[in-house]
Amino acid sequence: MGIDWQPVLLTMKLAAVTTALLLVLGTPLAWWLARTRHWLKQPVAAVVALPLVLPPTVLGFYLLVLLGPNGPVGALTTALDLGTLAFTFAGLVIGSMVYSLPFVVQPLQNAFEAIGDRPLEVAATLRASRWDTFFNVVVPMARPGFLTAAVLAFAHTVGEFGVVLMIGGNIPGETRVLSIAIYDHVETLEYGQAHLLSAGMLLFAFVVVLTVYLLNARGKPDR
Amino acid sequence: MSGIKARFHARIGDFTIDLALDLPASGVSALFGPSGCGKTTALRCLAGLQANAGELHVDDADWTSLPTHQRPIGYVFQEASLFPHLDVRGNLLFGFQRIPADQRRITLDQAVEWLGLGTLLERGTDRLSGGERQRVAIARALLTSPKLLLMDEPLSALDQRSKQAILPYLERLHAELRIPVVYVTHSPDEVARLADHLVLMEAGRAVASGPIEDVLSRVDLPVSLGDEHGVVIDARISERDHEWGLAKAVFDGGAFWVKDLGLAEDSAVRVRVLARDVSLALQRNEGTSILNLLPAEVVEIAEESAAQRLIRLQIGNTAVVARVTARSEHLLGLQPGKPIWAQIKSVAIIE
Repeated sequence: MGIDWQPVLLTMKLAAVTTALLLVLGTPLAWWLARTRHWLKQPVAAVVALPLVLPPTVLGFYLLVLLGPNGPVGALTTALDLGTLAFTFAGLVIGSMVYSLPFVVQPLQNAFEAIGDRPLEVAATLRASRWDTFFNVVVPMARPGFLTAAVLAFAHTVGEFGVVLMIGGNIPGETRVLSIAIYDHVETLEYGQAHLLSAGMLLFAFVVVLTVYLLNARGKPDR
Repeated sequence: MSGIKARFHARIGDFTIDLALDLPASGVSALFGPSGCGKTTALRCLAGLQANAGELHVDDADWTSLPTHQRPIGYVFQEASLFPHLDVRGNLLFGFQRIPADQRRITLDQAVEWLGLGTLLERGTDRLSGGERQRVAIARALLTSPKLLLMDEPLSALDQRSKQAILPYLERLHAELRIPVVYVTHSPDEVARLADHLVLMEAGRAVASGPIEDVLSRVDLPVSLGDEHGVVIDARISERDHEWGLAKAVFDGGAFWVKDLGLAEDSAVRVRVLARDVSLALQRNEGTSILNLLPAEVVEIAEESAAQRLIRLQIGNTAVVARVTARSEHLLGLQPGKPIWAQIKSVAIIE
């Protein structure tokens, strides 16, 4: 019984692209949340946390409305001659980013907050500018946070289902990811295939969570 | 105009600092006062870490609007605050690498030698003792070749033994560095050992400022130094009495017998005479265990409390402060100009 690798590869690609983009966008957001005393801090933090509590179908539904031909984003992309993003890989990436945002922002924010003011002040007295300090003090000190964020974002994206179902549909090679493929196999009573993919997912999830725990145990400050 | 001229005004919560500082261009200036008096805030203003209205000029250069990372300062924090992701060498080189090569006046080898770090270079920061960490922090600050060194109670987080081990390094820096140092402390002992210039602070203001001999010999200070009130006097060892284990320390106006600590003849020492260890007598009192009896003259009398007086004496060109009871003041008929014998019970060598 051969495995259908296409959904597996597509899922890995989706998770990798989503994780990379989320780290780029989530880092400044987490930094702002960790450092600011602005009144918007708590409202923004709440918005970031929403995907944790909302059913994925709700997220997917609103994304579909936004990205569809009649939604504001859809109208914009159409005007720019990009077509609509719903039921495309790009649309899936956007949906996954929204869905996994808290899994990147929260560990980073915690890591940044744990650093505190002092190392930043020390770096300034040692002639480091803000950017210099960020890349040479903050990033290395927050390394366990970055690893946790990356692993969680990747894994959470691999495991998504509801959002994909709403805005991605089931287009082989484009939007047919692992979880959808498993659902399909079950629907069509192909339990063997479903078992293979599901067992793979189970093993993968365990390895990921174990990795995070091990990283956290090792990343504890020494003093 | 050289030296440091600063005016700081800032409100932090319900604390207000309103400070004018004029500090000399060399030597150690100590900011001294009780906790909460604003001395650390003053240091943070000097470093640009605390936003404030005011101005700062160092040797004619205007630093007022420079951000911290553009100020040529070295800053030693109360806790060493080493970067945990770098080893000792990485910490030492962090600032060094960030200044232009032609501005590096202190080399890694020099800093390592001054602070005795030779065997620690490849160590992780988690494998250092408290004293070692603070020495690394001091060397790290020096390696930016600062024009002003700021130290915020660098010894207060250390136990007594580490403190005693690190003080000689600080005294050596004092002797070898030609840059001004601003040193925040609440320890009278550290002031006596290290400071050349003293600023007494209270409630966000400087209440007295000047050369240490002048400030410490004042009897009208607006803050009480309590039992720690005493003068420091620069002296020189002139002879050693091996039979009794004593050494003679000559100062401008006389000489003290002090415990012989093995210092060679002609070495410079700093001695400290506490006001509570000085008593007064109308005649030279021969039947006493007190070694140091010196002719003096009363200069100024101030009321410290209802029962106690601080008396400023002049011994030659050197000022000494004595604490006596109001009753003794009355019985001895003390008044400015009166010749008197100072009986000094204890003289401590501090350097």
